[in-house]
Amino acid sequence: MDLRQHVIAVLAEQAMLDPGDIDPAQPLADLGIDSLALVETIFALEEAFDISIPFNANDAQAMSFDLSSVEALVAAVSDLVAKKAA
Amino acid sequence: MRRVVITGAGTVNPLAMDVAGTYAAFAAGRCAIGPLLIRDVDRLSVKIAAQVHDWQPEQHFERQRLPLLDRFAQFALVAARQAVAQSGLRFEGALADTTGVVLGTAGGGLTTTDDNYRSVYAEGKSRVHPFVVPKLMSSAAPSHVSMEFTLRGPSFALSSACASSNHAMGLAFQMVRSGLADVMLTGGAEAMLCLGGIKAWEGLRVMSPDACRPFSLTRNGMVQGEGAAVFVFEDFDHARARGAVILAEVAGFGMTSDASDIVMPSTEGAARAMTIALKDAGLAPEQIGYINAHGTGTAANDRSETAAIRTVFGTQADRLMVSSTKSMHGHLIGGTGAVELLACLMALQTDVIAPTMGFETPDPDCNLDVVPNEARAVRVEAVLSNAFAFGGLNAVLALRRI
Repeated sequence: MDLRQHVIAVLAEQAMLDPGDIDPAQPLADLGIDSLALVETIFALEEAFDISIPFNANDAQAMSFDLSSVEALVAAVSDLVAKKAA
Repeated sequence: MRRVVITGAGTVNPLAMDVAGTYAAFAAGRCAIGPLLIRDVDRLSVKIAAQVHDWQPEQHFERQRLPLLDRFAQFALVAARQAVAQSGLRFEGALADTTGVVLGTAGGGLTTTDDNYRSVYAEGKSRVHPFVVPKLMSSAAPSHVSMEFTLRGPSFALSSACASSNHAMGLAFQMVRSGLADVMLTGGAEAMLCLGGIKAWEGLRVMSPDACRPFSLTRNGMVQGEGAAVFVFEDFDHARARGAVILAEVAGFGMTSDASDIVMPSTEGAARAMTIALKDAGLAPEQIGYINAHGTGTAANDRSETAAIRTVFGTQADRLMVSSTKSMHGHLIGGTGAVELLACLMALQTDVIAPTMGFETPDPDCNLDVVPNEARAVRVEAVLSNAFAFGGLNAVLALRRI
């Protein structure tokens, strides 16, 4: 499983959807992930990839971490994984 | 129904070791939030808190008693001593038999739990101190207070997360009002600034990395605090008959449950609690001059609380002063309502309104007079103290000048 599929699998688990039903262009909110589930999703991604995601629930708009869509999330996780390896 | 008054107050909190020092800090807008100094702080991403610094337990307790006293119970006992001393009460005979202690706490002896889990799980020890259980139990604080003053009436700990102290004080108020007791000691205590206690909060992603700025557009979360406040609640006639100095009247109490979400607050649930408190106190919205807000500095609470205040007070909301003293003493979790009641007492006793410190930029969603960054000298007749806990448990106290 590549990173992209892995991220989508984590999202699917949190959203209780089939990975095949997740459209990469979709905003996260459309997956039915509310604020509490989002915090849990961030934790699940950190655990899955052994990374630290800079996320503050009070400050979601101002963050450098892009959560606007599934695709953006894949890119952000990929970026953090690359930084960790460097 | 009987009237209930406050005849004693005591506290240990990050701002001061007593009530006078706390009032002075509120009036000066002093902020006790600073670098967190605990073991293993390098393993935390949250590195600030409002701590009680230079706490020396052996100055307050005999050495052989200390193995039984978690930090939260120590804070509660010292606060209770101050409150009882101020009240001038001596507990003997029928008064000792009916007086009880109701204290709020969310974590109880969490530091004791943390220390002993560490020693068993991380350090591989197979033996713990024999007093771990009586030290960590949430009811240890009221038990020790009852023993110290020989209070043999109804005593217990009460836990409703961040509303614990307000629920405790509300219940004590109802017990005195109904005639169950002439006097009750009540308030709350918390001491969860340890690796496990902060790590848990860190996980929720609601903590600020730099400051507590309630109602400010730039707010980015809450900051934890620790400490205690304890009050003597007394039947008005009982207090007057013995010539006691009365600090304020506890006029009413309202409590509701959102029954909706385990972390997100409901405007409707908070508004109903304030409305019930006002009705219980027989106060009209226009009689309230000041609200000590729950004001955690999170995006969700401050917006929802503002909307709730507007729902209850309508056009009166623009005239109200509303401040969050968490900007100075941090969020004491289960003990927070007790320390915040001091800001209400200060308003009624000294005509000084504690400010919301750290205020930077107005938020259109929090457009109340939050008494930004500077205390204000205004006489008010009655006040509310809000506490809205995780799990949707809301508790609001109404106090009146006497």
